[in-house]
Amino acid sequence: MPGVLLIADASGGQLAATTAELVGEGARLAHQLSGGPVTVLLAGKNIQGLAGSLGQLGAEKVLVAEADGSAPPSPQWSLAAAERAAQMVTPDVVLLTHAGGSRDLAASLAYRLETGIVTDATALRVEGGELIITKPVFGGSAIAEFAIATSPRVVTLRPRAFETTEVATPHTAQVEPLSIPAFDAAIEVLEEVREQASSGPRLKDAKVIISGGRGLGGPENWHFVEELAQLLGAAVGATRAVTDAGWVSPSLQVGLTGATVAPDLYITIGISGAVQHIAGISGARNVVAINRDADANIFKYARYGVVGDWKLIVPAFTQRLKELRG
Amino acid sequence: MDIVVTVKQVPDPDIPPTHFRVDEAARTVIPPAGVSPVMNGYDAHALEAALRLREQLGGKVTVVSLGPDSARDALKRAIAMGADAAVHVNDPALNSADSTTTARALAAAIKKLGHVDLVLSGRQASDTDGGQVHLGIAAHLGLPAVSPVQKIDAPSAESVVAERIVEDGYQRLKVRLPALLGVSSEINEPRYPPLKGIMAAGRAQIPVWSAADLELDAAQAGRVQLRRLYVETREASVELIEGDSPAEAGARLADKLREARLV
Repeated sequence: MPGVLLIADASGGQLAATTAELVGEGARLAHQLSGGPVTVLLAGKNIQGLAGSLGQLGAEKVLVAEADGSAPPSPQWSLAAAERAAQMVTPDVVLLTHAGGSRDLAASLAYRLETGIVTDATALRVEGGELIITKPVFGGSAIAEFAIATSPRVVTLRPRAFETTEVATPHTAQVEPLSIPAFDAAIEVLEEVREQASSGPRLKDAKVIISGGRGLGGPENWHFVEELAQLLGAAVGATRAVTDAGWVSPSLQVGLTGATVAPDLYITIGISGAVQHIAGISGARNVVAINRDADANIFKYARYGVVGDWKLIVPAFTQRLKELRG
Repeated sequence: MDIVVTVKQVPDPDIPPTHFRVDEAARTVIPPAGVSPVMNGYDAHALEAALRLREQLGGKVTVVSLGPDSARDALKRAIAMGADAAVHVNDPALNSADSTTTARALAAAIKKLGHVDLVLSGRQASDTDGGQVHLGIAAHLGLPAVSPVQKIDAPSAESVVAERIVEDGYQRLKVRLPALLGVSSEINEPRYPPLKGIMAAGRAQIPVWSAADLELDAAQAGRVQLRRLYVETREASVELIEGDSPAEAGARLADKLREARLV
C-alpha cells in the first residue's frame, strides 16, 4: 500500500522546528489518501539520536542515513539519500518543508524521479481521491490550486502554514538504516557557516518581532529597530530591500525568500508591505504598522496602525513602553 | 568560460495588489494597462554574475528564454546589458507549458547551443515563485546544481566556489564544471544597460526556435496542472491610532498594545 514519505530537515544535527508540522500533515494525508504508512527519511550528519524525537512527534517508521566524513553532506549526497528512500518506499506523496536546503532538494528529487512538484504550499486537500495543492503566486497577489498528474507527488510546505497536532500516543519509531548508493561527487563542501543570532530570540521562533523597511532611510537609523527589540525581548527582522541594500545581514530577511515567521506580535517600521514581504508574515497574529503612507499595503494586514513620520512616532512609542514596563 | 543564462519575462512584480486581476476562466493574469512585463529580477542578477565572470575569464554569454513573442523584450534587454547572443524558444504549443515542460524545453535549447561551462538561472521567478525549473534543467542535462547562491568565487576553467544559502547561514561549495547555479539577489547589483548596449540590442537578430527545432514532443503532457487561479479579496480592518502629534500617537500605540496584553 503506497503511503507518504517525509524528508526531515536535520541539518546542523538537529530537527528543524517545522518537523512537527511535516509529520502532522503527512499523517493526515496518509489517512485521507490510502491509509498507507508514513515513513520519515532522516539523513545527515550526527543524526542518530533524532529518530526517537521523530517517534515522539508521531512518526511510525524512520529511515536513517548517517553521513560519514568530516564535512557536512553535500547537496548531491542529500539528493542520493532522498532518491534511494523514494525508490524503497514508492510513496504516493513526498513532503518536505519549504525552507533551507529542503527547497532545492525537493525540486531536484522530483526531476530525478521524473514526476511533478508544487513548492511552497499553504494548504493541501483531498478531493475525489485527488490531491489539490494551494499556493500563493505572484508574490501572494493571487492564489493558485494545482494537481500533479504523476506519482509520487512532491510538495513542499510553507513553514508555519500547517497545524501541528498533539500526538495522543507517541510511538517508538521503527528505525531502519538506509545505505546510499555511489553518486557523482561533483560538489565538495568546503565549509558550512551558521550564523548565531548575536542576541535575543531567533527570528523563526520569536513571539515578538520588530521589522524595519526601506522607509527607515538608511542603516544609520537601524538602531531604532534594535532598541525597541531589546526592550521587548523581540527578534529583529528586515525586508528584502533592506537586506539587499546591505544594511543588515541577509539572515534577518522576512518574506518569500527569507524567513517565514508566526509571532504573536509583529511591529513594522517603514515597511510598505510589498507582497514578497507579506508572504512571510501570513502567520503573524497581530501586525502593527508604522508608516507615513496611509495607502501602504501593510495597513491591510495590520490590526493597529499609526500613519506618520516614524522618526517622531517611534521614539515616543519606545519611551512610553519603557514607562509601562517600569 | 561559455555561460548560458536563462531569463523569464514576468508581469511587473511592483504592480500594486489592488491593481492585480486574473481571468479565472482562462487561469491567466490580466496585465494592468500601461504596465509592461519585465525581466524576472533574479534572472537579472544571474545575467550580471555571468557578465562579471566573462570580464574575468573571457568567453561568451548567451541568454535563453521560453515565452511568447513579448519575451523578446527580455532578451533584448539582456543584450543591452551586455549578453553576446540570445535565443528565443517560442512555440504556441509551449505557451501554457507547465514547469516540467519548460525545464525540458530550456534544457533542449541549451543542449542545442553546444559547449557550455556554466548555466546561471535566477533562483525563482516572481510570478509562480516555484524555484524549480532551473533544477529541472540541471537534471535533464545531468549537471550538478547549487541553489540559491549568494556569491561566486574562484572561477576557473574547471570549477567555481559557490556560496549556497541554507537555514541560518551558508555553505561554501566547490563545484566542478559544467554546472548550474541558481542565483539569489544578494550576489550583486545588476547594471543598467549602457547606450552602446541599447544600440546593439536594436540591431540584434534573435533566432527563434520552435518545439520541432528542439525535437521536443510538445504533445507530451505536463506533470503539473493549474486547476484554479483567483484573487483573494482582503478587507482592511486596521485600527488607526491618532493623536495631536505623531509623538502622542506613538505613545497611544504603546498604551493600546498594553491594553491588548501584547506587550
